Amino acid sequence: MLKALPLLEVTCKFGDDNCPFPAPGAEIFFFPPIASFTGPDGSAWEFNKPVLLAGIAALIVIIFFMAAFARPKLVPRGMQNLGEVVYFFFKNHFARDIIGQGGDKYIPLLMSLFSFIWIMNLFSIVPGVQFPVTSRFAFPLILSLIVYFTFIGVGIKSQGVGAYFKGVAFPDVQPRAILIILTPLEILSTFIIRPATLAIRLFANMFAGHLLLVIFSVSTWYLLNLTNFVGAVSVVGYVGSIASFMMTGILTAFEMFIQLLQAYIFTLLTAMFIAEAQSAHH
Amino acid sequence: MGILAELTGSIGSIGFGLAAIGPGVGIGIIFGNGVQAIARQPEAYGVIRQNMILGFALAEALALIGFVAPFVFGT
Repeated sequence: MLKALPLLEVTCKFGDDNCPFPAPGAEIFFFPPIASFTGPDGSAWEFNKPVLLAGIAALIVIIFFMAAFARPKLVPRGMQNLGEVVYFFFKNHFARDIIGQGGDKYIPLLMSLFSFIWIMNLFSIVPGVQFPVTSRFAFPLILSLIVYFTFIGVGIKSQGVGAYFKGVAFPDVQPRAILIILTPLEILSTFIIRPATLAIRLFANMFAGHLLLVIFSVSTWYLLNLTNFVGAVSVVGYVGSIASFMMTGILTAFEMFIQLLQAYIFTLLTAMFIAEAQSAHH
Repeated sequence: MGILAELTGSIGSIGFGLAAIGPGVGIGIIFGNGVQAIARQPEAYGVIRQNMILGFALAEALALIGFVAPFVFGT
């Protein structure tokens, strides 16, 4: 069941006896529904903040690429310039360097994955919104399932069903006896651990980042919520509050870096999985 | 046999501490060797950086799983 935000339950002030720090927990990731419907099978469907933000993120990505590439000109102007810089980055660094032969046809997938994940992560530090959509596990999970079925599909298409699964399960190693250990490990790592860690990495990074930001924001408020504004306790409050506020600022900058990095890593791993599925021997 | 040692309070934070040891060492090795590689061969910066970040992400995921597990599986 939903718990109220820990901040709302605080009735005492810092400096009172027995006023513990209202540490935020996992409940800050749950939102009350904005609207709820009854689905076709009678179950309750809820529309809440993360879903709304995911929709906005998708809209931003669509509008950006429409503005950049809907009417391409030979001499690029305006948004097309920016779009082409992004395109060439993906073409050179992902399609050509990692996937190699025939990599160009995966640029749309990689570019949309990257932009969508990055915009969803970026909501974490947008004032007034301040929630990374990818810190709800369903979003990275679905994205990672898309990647999972894509790379298996690529493997089957480029090598054939038998050859692909045989290549994964029985790699070309000597001595052959080592396959007793290697085969279960390879199957486990390629088909179970790989999509799971892809989703968990993105989720856990955003979850941890958002929680850190909330902890320092709450402690900024908590330490300044003083019983009396003079005396030894108040000095602790002022110093701690200012330190927490500075920490919030520093972590916001750090989060910006992490958000970009996680979107980049997700795309990089997608490209590597596709490249691995495409080549007969890895 | 009775209880010899008992742990109370936030056990999840101890779990995170334990989970962070391995990735901490690993990330140190990755970036240490990455910087060394760049110093030896500055022209291969692009490839080295890309693999460095990849290794960092793979190692870092373990520490983050340790961070998130108490929230997900906690009461």
